[in-house]
Amino acid sequence: MKTIGLAALLAASTTLMSTSAYAVTEISWWHAMTGANNEVVETLSKEFNESQSDYKVVPVFKGTYPETLNAGIAAFRARQAPDIIQVFDAGTGVMMGAEEAVKPVADILSMGGQTFDKSKYLGGIVSYYSKPDGTMLSFPYNSSSPILYYNKDAFEKAGLDVNNPPKTWNEVWDAAKKIKESGAAPCGFTSTWLTWIQTENFAAWNNQQWGTNENGIASLDVDLKINSPVFVEHFQNLADLAKDGTFKYGGRTSEAKNLFLSGECAMMTESSGGLGDVVKSGMNYGTGQLPYIADAEGAPQNTIPGGASLWVFGGKEDEKYKGIAAFFEFLSQTPIQARLHQVSGYLPVTMAAYEETKKSGFYEKNPGREIPIQQMMGKAPTENSKGVRLPNLPQVRDILNEEFEKMLAGNQTAQQALDNAVERGNAAIDQALGN
Amino acid sequence: MSPRVTFPHKVLPYLLVAPQLAITGVFFYWPASQAIYQSTLREDPFGLNSAFVGLDNFRRVLSDPNYVNSIQVTAIFTVATALLAMAVALFLAVMVDKVIRGRDFYRTLMIWPYAVAPAIAGMLWLFMFNPSMGTFAYMLRSAGVYWDPLLNGNQAMLLVIVAAAWKQISYNFLFFVAGLQAIPKTLVEAAAIDGAGETKRFWTIIFPLLAPTTFFLLVINTTYAFFDTFGIIHAVTGGGPGKSTETLVYKVYNDGFVNLILGDSAAQSVILMVIVIALTAIQFRYVEKKVHYG
Repeated sequence: MKTIGLAALLAASTTLMSTSAYAVTEISWWHAMTGANNEVVETLSKEFNESQSDYKVVPVFKGTYPETLNAGIAAFRARQAPDIIQVFDAGTGVMMGAEEAVKPVADILSMGGQTFDKSKYLGGIVSYYSKPDGTMLSFPYNSSSPILYYNKDAFEKAGLDVNNPPKTWNEVWDAAKKIKESGAAPCGFTSTWLTWIQTENFAAWNNQQWGTNENGIASLDVDLKINSPVFVEHFQNLADLAKDGTFKYGGRTSEAKNLFLSGECAMMTESSGGLGDVVKSGMNYGTGQLPYIADAEGAPQNTIPGGASLWVFGGKEDEKYKGIAAFFEFLSQTPIQARLHQVSGYLPVTMAAYEETKKSGFYEKNPGREIPIQQMMGKAPTENSKGVRLPNLPQVRDILNEEFEKMLAGNQTAQQALDNAVERGNAAIDQALGN
Repeated sequence: MSPRVTFPHKVLPYLLVAPQLAITGVFFYWPASQAIYQSTLREDPFGLNSAFVGLDNFRRVLSDPNYVNSIQVTAIFTVATALLAMAVALFLAVMVDKVIRGRDFYRTLMIWPYAVAPAIAGMLWLFMFNPSMGTFAYMLRSAGVYWDPLLNGNQAMLLVIVAAAWKQISYNFLFFVAGLQAIPKTLVEAAAIDGAGETKRFWTIIFPLLAPTTFFLLVINTTYAFFDTFGIIHAVTGGGPGKSTETLVYKVYNDGFVNLILGDSAAQSVILMVIVIALTAIQFRYVEKKVHYG
């Protein structure tokens, strides 16, 4: 009897809760933003919630990019999926492989009563987040492109040109050695995300093949090609410089940013989205475009979209989708996009926001801030530079990281590291496709 | 002939055992059977499609060189952590036994680290030994040691072993102190009168009489190093650099929750379950025979 009473009470309370939730539909948003970028997420949600009274976006921080993706997948399996999840570039292929689990953003936007106009958004970014048939699957929230950051104080101490950062990788190596030798900083160069910056973007920017089938954009059946001589030479340079600490390794994701912020390393390649924290640190910094290989044909080509996009899980009530549509519409507004771009260093995702920022004279006042956009949009992409897509890119990145770590520890040469990475990576791709 | 106590109730004993059975069922048998079931499937990350593959997952896992590496890592890690944690705890317990003034104060201080959660313990050690901002890392470097656990596998291993052992010392200490108190003073004094020195007394009287405690702690520490150190490894090294601190448990997590290969991960957890059952059985069957319960 008691249990029946309890069950009735529970049922009653759930009905009560769902009726009270009917007034304001809550939309959960799982994200991976830390530091300055987390503040942007909080502000945006707050502004959206205050701008209307039907929906409430609740942002929840779920850890690093890979951790957030995995939390989302685990939640989906437990039938507790959030409404919106921020998935990083490498997770795009994983999400695309689960069409039954997600609802295309194109559908959602039209559910909210708006007609979805693709041409409003930056072309390269939209195509990266679309199916081959052109349906846009996710909403490009924060798109970024890797750039070079440098410490102007250290440059000055080392006698380098403060207003003229190195443009090619050879110039970077020379500058790094000079910084180290002159004692201007204990370390010349570091890089976050070795896989994303030094292989995926390195390939696109220098117009080199990363993998077959247009790096997975044409078809997910990819053979990795990152053990070709250009890559081997580049990584051998890194390994050689790592021996005396001229290059310093920070970690697999964005840990190396701390090496730059603390002044230990004078140069860093990192996502343009890392700008917020660099600005916050108050250091005397400069930015330059991503270095390229001087004698690579066609270099610099264009960089590929990084950062993350917002995916919406399927199987939710229509009311939620309407709310999500309203939220995405809110995010697409020109003033919001323009501010997001100007505050965070991420790319504006709409053309209008880009034009607006240009017109406002922002780029004249902040030289260097247009770099990530020009890098990505400067040239029409070749088959090497449309993007990278694998069913299991996070796993393949980990394999690469493991081999790089062994290489940087001096346990193997760049050739061995990249050969192993290709062999293990291809095996992992085959296994993932076998599903 | 001891009188046999009988209870008239037929149902009551079952009712009394029921909560325990329910807990074991929900927290062990149910997940364990799920793991066994999952280990025979191939599934995409989202669980949208799955296919029965029999023992394929086991075959692939066992032929994977990374799995063999992970077994080696686990063996080194477990033996080193258990030995270090127990040796230091025993040393401290013996020393505290000699302290007369403020003994309780020392004991309390020694027990505190046990209250620290594994992930926090990991972060603590990570901060102290972080190559760029850690105080101890700075000292090591000043002393001429090239300290870089981010890339040097042996240093990373050393760091997780020390962090894991540090957390377990308190627990072991507590048991050793209790064990030492249970040893009759008369035996030690008699030996002293017979002219046995301190070291001799320790190895011939105290250590053998502590054997039950030591054995108990050996079992506990092994399981601790196997399973409960996940948080520390996750926080300190994440299994890296390369795969040099990827223990079996960490690999289960990594393959299942990071690489999203659930079949392989489930197969590994089934193997792990078998290993632990076997280890415990061996420990109880053979090691226990050599233990004196006084």
